[in-house]
Order: sequence, then structure tokens, then C-alpha cells
Amino acid sequence: MSKRLFWPLTLLVALALIAAQCAAPATEAPPPAKTEEAAPAKTEEAAPAEGAALDIEPIRIAIVMPSTTTDLAWSQAIFDALLRIQEEAGGEDVVEIAYSETMFNVTDAAAALRDYAADGYDLVIAHGTQYGSSLFEIAPDFPDTSFAWGTATDTGEGEGLHNIFAYEARAEQGGYVNGVLAASLSKSGVIGVVGPVEAGDAKLYIDGFVAGAKATNPDITVNVSYTGSFGDTALAAEAANTHINAGADVLTGSAQQVVGAIGVAKEKNVPWLGTQSDQSPLAPDIVVATQLYDWHDTLLDMIKKHQAGELGGTAYQLTLKNGGLTMLYSDSLPEEAVAAAKEAEAGIISGEITIDIE
Amino acid sequence: MSGELSVLAIIVGIAHSGLRLATPYLYAAIGEMFAQRSGVLNLGVEGIMLMGAYSGFFVTFKTGNLLLGLLAAATVGALMGLAMAFVSVTLQAQQGISGIGLFMFGLGASSLLFKTTLGTVEGVEGFPELRFCLSSLGLNSNYCLSQIPILGEIFLRHNILVYGAFALVPIAWWVLNKTTWGLSIRAVGQNPQAADSLGVSVARVRYVTVTLGGMLAGIAGASLSISLLNIFQENMTNGQGFIAVALVYFGSWAPLGVLAGAMLFSLVNALQLWVQVLGLNIPSDVAVMLPYLLTIITLAFPFRRALQPAALTKPFERGES
Repeated sequence: MSKRLFWPLTLLVALALIAAQCAAPATEAPPPAKTEEAAPAKTEEAAPAEGAALDIEPIRIAIVMPSTTTDLAWSQAIFDALLRIQEEAGGEDVVEIAYSETMFNVTDAAAALRDYAADGYDLVIAHGTQYGSSLFEIAPDFPDTSFAWGTATDTGEGEGLHNIFAYEARAEQGGYVNGVLAASLSKSGVIGVVGPVEAGDAKLYIDGFVAGAKATNPDITVNVSYTGSFGDTALAAEAANTHINAGADVLTGSAQQVVGAIGVAKEKNVPWLGTQSDQSPLAPDIVVATQLYDWHDTLLDMIKKHQAGELGGTAYQLTLKNGGLTMLYSDSLPEEAVAAAKEAEAGIISGEITIDIE
Repeated sequence: MSGELSVLAIIVGIAHSGLRLATPYLYAAIGEMFAQRSGVLNLGVEGIMLMGAYSGFFVTFKTGNLLLGLLAAATVGALMGLAMAFVSVTLQAQQGISGIGLFMFGLGASSLLFKTTLGTVEGVEGFPELRFCLSSLGLNSNYCLSQIPILGEIFLRHNILVYGAFALVPIAWWVLNKTTWGLSIRAVGQNPQAADSLGVSVARVRYVTVTLGGMLAGIAGASLSISLLNIFQENMTNGQGFIAVALVYFGSWAPLGVLAGAMLFSLVNALQLWVQVLGLNIPSDVAVMLPYLLTIITLAFPFRRALQPAALTKPFERGES
């Protein structure tokens, strides 16, 4: 090989690094602490700015997530909540946010988590079940840092860890409500579910969905398929197509891949029931209901606990009852269907309806 | 279980889905095949597809003109192919590494552009499904050829880019095997010294094939973003570009082989979706694995090695032997 290959390679790698720095793809060794807003030198006096609606001290928050902040699903739901807190608290002087996205590779994510903690971030969020075991190794090395982890229920107290918050969305609750709605809407008696990977948040949602549909109409057929990936948009689209060919006249699904399926639903004019983030801007006439995750109160409570000296130990849940889960219904839905869905919501909140998950 | 679904309807469904799924693979793999036949391994296909998908989508989104979008995707793809040609042919860089560099550039740049220009997932009206209706010929009839049982249902309900992908296969075969230019490509990939001594410009042939391969990869991306899915999302190709490279090996560097590989992979993928939808008692993880498993088994046949272009990944320098 010739020496001539040295500089072109250097050039290419440099170009790739520049591009990667701007968008942090999963294959890149994690660039430490990529801060969205140029972090202003934080001074003590710059504390609670006037007009700060939230009573919090300045804080630096970092989050590592498996997909992108614009995925219309899992990652966007929590990132939007962080941005809202930042705005309410008085901007980036009070709440500094750094993020690493598309960290599907757990090793990269673990390195990013450690970098953020070492860089002095107060609250470091590992936004994926798969990051748990890495987090449990990192957390003891940074006893003054708060960590948060979800989908999870284990704060590590059993292993002597005191600086981890756990959080999960009880996705089966809104899943159940969407299932009730789907069964009320379906005329063909067949419903299609475009699942990603049979685990975690997606499985909770889908199990709840099937339970809700069957409770409304025991004879209904709910066809469930998984693409085996969170991001295989093309296969998700083809899965939606297949469901429609198999007679489904209402569809739902989970994870960022569903934008492909929603595209097909739009083309074939089949109603779609969403979860995680509000997907209706993509197809206002098609996305007729959504279970929305609202992490705002959960995150705010973590921040307040952290600033009161309580670094972890709480396991949070988003539920319909505590308002962490909210249902959005389109005006185009028939009244009876919405009434049935709202009845299911009330039943879950009051505890009359219990959802059996395997 | 959906008892009322006939076996025939399921077969039609699988075949129809298979043709759609195969479309991006065909564009990307046929393009990559040209590059490899001339001796250049371009591992950056995935990155080019992403940039093609983005450019095609963005231009269509802004102008509403699908042909302009397609043109943008092809142009951006060709430019990235040209960059790969410059690095691998003129500068003689190690091809595997520069390809990965190109991939990472495409992944990063398309995400960055998406964030700065779109910010959120949007939709466009993509190329419509053609139905071949008699009324479009001025005939006084509501009948569409897509209604022909089985054959019409499988083959005559697609958009133009799907047909383009399949039309590419015989064209590629003809170019490669029946034209002087195809002969030059094969000669350059097999024995560049001999080709050079006969007055064929090795560099020029490789430039053209790698640029063409980039253009087709760009169109492959557009076939996702403005004809099959009609959205753009970061990293939406999800590894399809790498599967396309594998399909070139699978297809023994021949258009018909690539077609066979793409169809096998896509049909098995469509089949496994049906297996899941029908609720057959197979774990979803196993079903999802099927297409990949099959590909690996086929690749394991040793005789394929012999068909590989002899000069693949080897930079050409005059006077070397």
C-alpha cells in the first residue's frame, strides 16, 4: 500500500468526525458531553432568575438515549419534557441540558454516561432499560451525582446504591384504553399491531392493548407482529401493509419505526392509535388517539430531591392516575368510542379495571 | 387466527410485499455491483442511501415536485460516489476504511441536515401506485389491470420506482455483458494491467462505475423516502446499504444473482411478517432471523469465492505487476 493513502484517510476521518460530532451517530466513539446550548459559565449569582416559575437552583442535566430527540416516540417524549422544564425554570442559565442520542450500542452509552458524570453533571439520565447494568457499575464511582434510569423499577438500593432514581411508564394502561378504542372502531373484527422488539415498554403497551381489545370484544382478532428492531422503518411499513392485507382496519404500534407504518396507514386510510409521543402532526386525520408520556413532573421531582440532598432511591411511575400518562382523542372519533375509552380510563384510575400482564 | 383468509390471498400478499421490499436493495446492490466489477469495494452505500433519502425528501417537501426530488437524490448520490472514486482511485486509499468513512459522513450529515432544516418527521405525497386503468387510455371503462386476479394484484399495483428497480436488472446485464463498456469494466476488475496495456483507462472506468454506483444508491434512498415510506427519519435505512453490499457477494457479482438474492431476502422477510400476523406459533425473534439466516447459509457455499473480481479492493498503479 502506498503512503499516499495517509492524508486522504485522515481527511475522511476528520470529515466523518465533524459530521459525527454534529449528530453523534451510534457507531462513533461517544464524544464526551456534547452540549446543545453553549454552556454559559455558571456563576452562583446567576441563580434563580427572575420569572423562574419553578423553584429550583441551577442544575446541569445530561441524558443518553437510544434513538433521536426527534423520533416522535420514546426519546422525544422525555427530551420535550426536559426542554419544557428548562423553559419554565428560566432558560439555560438555570437548567443546562446535554444529550447524546442514537446510543443504541450499550458500550458507547456507558462511556457517555461516565463522561457526563465525570464532567460534573448533577443529574445523568440513562434513558433505556438496556443501560441498567452499566449504570450500576458507574454510579458508585460518582457518589455526589444523581442518576436516573428507565424503563426500570430497581433503584439499586438492594445493592447498596443510593444515587439512582428509577422510572417507568405504565404503558399497559394507555395500551388498554387504546385497545378498547380499537375494538370499538373496528368493523372487520381484526386489529393489527406493529411491534418493535418483544420487550420492555413496547411489550407492556402491546399486552395492555390486547387485554383492552379482548375485554371490549372477546371475539376480536388482534394480530401482533414484531420487526425485531426499533428503527426498521421500512419493515414496519411492510408489517402495516401485511396487517391491512390480513383484514385489519385499525392499527397501532410502538417505537420510532412506526412513522413508516403511519405512512402506510395514511395511504390506505386506516386509523392509527399512537403511544409515547404525539404522532398526529404526521397524519392528523389518521392518528386518532394517543397515549402521551409526560415526564415533566417526574423529572422535576428528581431535580428537587437532588437539590434537597436526596440523590436517588425513588422509583417513579407514569400512570393515568398521576397524570404522567394522558390520552389525546381526535375530534373525528365517534362519541360512543370515546365514551368507552374514557370509561376505561376512569376504571383504571379507580382501580376497578386491573390489567393482567404476563 | 384469520380463518377466512385464503392461502391464495396470503401468497399474493407475500409476493406484493416482496417486490416492494426488494426495491431499495436492487438499486443499491446493482450500483454496488458495477463498482465491484471494476475493482472498487464501496462500503459507503448506506451513507449514500441516507443522503439520497434526505435530499430526495427535502426537495420534494419544499417543491412538491417528485421528479426534482429524485434528481436531487441521484445527483447527491453521484457526488458522493465521485468522492469515493477520488479517494479510492486517485488517492488509492484503503477501500474498506474509506467506505466506512463515507458511511459515517452520510449518517452524520443527513442527521445534521434533518435537524437543521426539518426538525421533525414530516410526510410528503410520494410516487403514487400505478393501477394501469383503462380510463387513462381514454377508454370508457372503470377497469384497471391491477384488478386482474393474482398477476395483476401482485405486479400491477406498484409505483414507478419499483418498476425502475426491476427494469434495471436486464439493463445492467446487457451493459455488463453485451457492450464494449461492460467489457472494459470486467477487464479492469479482473486484470487491470492487461486492460491498461490495451489502452483502457483503468482510472476512468472506475470513476464512472463508482459514481454510477453512488447515483443508484442515492436513488435507493429516495425509493424509501419518496416512494415507499414517504417520510424522512434519521438513520431510516437501518443497515439496508450493508445488506446491499452483502447481496452483491450473494449474487456472485451478476445482475441476475443480485436479483435472486434481493428477492429471496425480501420474500422471506414478507413471509415472516405473515407468519407473525397469522399468529403461527413461532417466536417473533426466530421469524425475524429467518432472512438473515438464509443469507448466511447461502453465502457459506465456497464455490462463490472463485467468481470474485480478481482486482477487487486493489488500487491500480501503472507499472506494478
